[in-house]
Amino acid sequence: MTELNTCSASGDYPLTQNVVPILHEIRHALRKLLDEGEATIIDLRAMPFAPGEEDELEARLGTGEVTVRIEALGPSVIKETSYAGVWLVVHYNTEEEIMGKFIEITHVPSIIESQTEDIKSGIQALQEGLTIDS
Amino acid sequence: MSDDKTLAEVLRNQGVSRRGFLKFCATTASMMALSPAMVPRIAEALEQARRPSVIWLSFQECTGCTESLTRSHTPTIEGLIFDAISLDYHHTLQAASGDAAEHAREEAMKENWGKYILVVDGSIPVGHENYSTIAGISNLKMLEETAKGAAAIVAVGSCAAFGGLPMANPNPTGAAAVSDIIKDKPIINVSGCPPIPVVITGVLAQFLTFGKVPDLDSLGRPMAFYGKNIHDRCYRRPFYERGEFAETFDDEGAKKGWCLFKLGCKGPITYNACATTKWNEGTSWPVESGHGCLGCSEPRFWDMGGFYNALSTPTIDIAKTAGIGLAAGAAIGVAAGALNRAKKAKATREHETVTVDDLEKGEKS
Repeated sequence: MTELNTCSASGDYPLTQNVVPILHEIRHALRKLLDEGEATIIDLRAMPFAPGEEDELEARLGTGEVTVRIEALGPSVIKETSYAGVWLVVHYNTEEEIMGKFIEITHVPSIIESQTEDIKSGIQALQEGLTIDS
Repeated sequence: MSDDKTLAEVLRNQGVSRRGFLKFCATTASMMALSPAMVPRIAEALEQARRPSVIWLSFQECTGCTESLTRSHTPTIEGLIFDAISLDYHHTLQAASGDAAEHAREEAMKENWGKYILVVDGSIPVGHENYSTIAGISNLKMLEETAKGAAAIVAVGSCAAFGGLPMANPNPTGAAAVSDIIKDKPIINVSGCPPIPVVITGVLAQFLTFGKVPDLDSLGRPMAFYGKNIHDRCYRRPFYERGEFAETFDDEGAKKGWCLFKLGCKGPITYNACATTKWNEGTSWPVESGHGCLGCSEPRFWDMGGFYNALSTPTIDIAKTAGIGLAAGAAIGVAAGALNRAKKAKATREHETVTVDDLEKGEKS
């Protein structure tokens, strides 16, 4: 899709000026996370961006120490940005098309944690496997 | 056929993990334009949701709406929503044809009377009953018959919502919108030519989550997707404010990505989610590709006097166009009487509902 974007009619890309306000929102959300322990999620799909602005936002957030890839209904890639506590969460479908993109300001995005229901299923599957063995 | 399994059970039976389900809920919330903070509550509501039976009728249409919906390969999030419903009749997609297909529709209606969702794409020719028929049944008769047992009707595409291209002057078939004919059921208009795929599935997801018709604008469209106009969310808006316009498709202004208003862009009078949701999995949308908005989600966009003619004034009151779509209804002599309004209210009331407030309080439907 890169070729298509660079062929866009909007050669001198106009800017919505949304990047800096979002960075301010992230800064406030980090403060809230520290002071009140409250996490924030920003849905990037709900934001109007000019071509290139989303890339600019991601570039300004940078890449941090942690990258997690989940395989559930297609891949999800969760990356901590260069700012601790600021995560970029991208959900893809099985065709690797983006289905959702979020910035989560939290200690660890909850989707990374093992879920109680899946743990229960795991116990059952393990038990069944051990029963067969014995 | 519809069954008693909840959505969570259906997905789990397909091997979808809880983590996958939460991902499904996160993208569904995004699709419904709801706050990400609502995801846990949406998960609770969707877990309890039962698979509704859906009957999909296609009348005077080009199949573009179905094409829009199904163009992504499964399994996608949209695909999963279709797993979450029981699509009991769709004559383009189903394997059965002829009598067997019609039998499937009759069975689904009988088994789910008063509960099924009726989806319609295409307008209904009322000029003569033989202009468009399915298995020898006129579109008008099939719509009236099937609508009787529906909990709600979703009119997909500008043809079903407003008459669409078949209604274009001189409207040779007497094409009418669903709302011109059916007056006693809740109708959700999902306009667009075609509508954005996730808007179609988003409306179905919203119905599954809240169990009721979402908040609608004056043209019967869900506010979540049609609440803002293209112009207000357009990334080229700053050029409009500065008076910088492309005058032709190959001048300096066009190359610099200036506002396309003078080239006929109908963004200022068009309400849709294209500027944020975009098309082809969020790749781009018409204005980003250098072409003005055609206004395809608005009534009579097909007769607005030319796609490349600039609007005469920067912004016009879209509510003024609301009456246009109703004119055809008057022409076929269908009156929206007090009895019908009462029936509609009753049908809405009888359907079990939850509100955003309920979800926020953690109450289950």
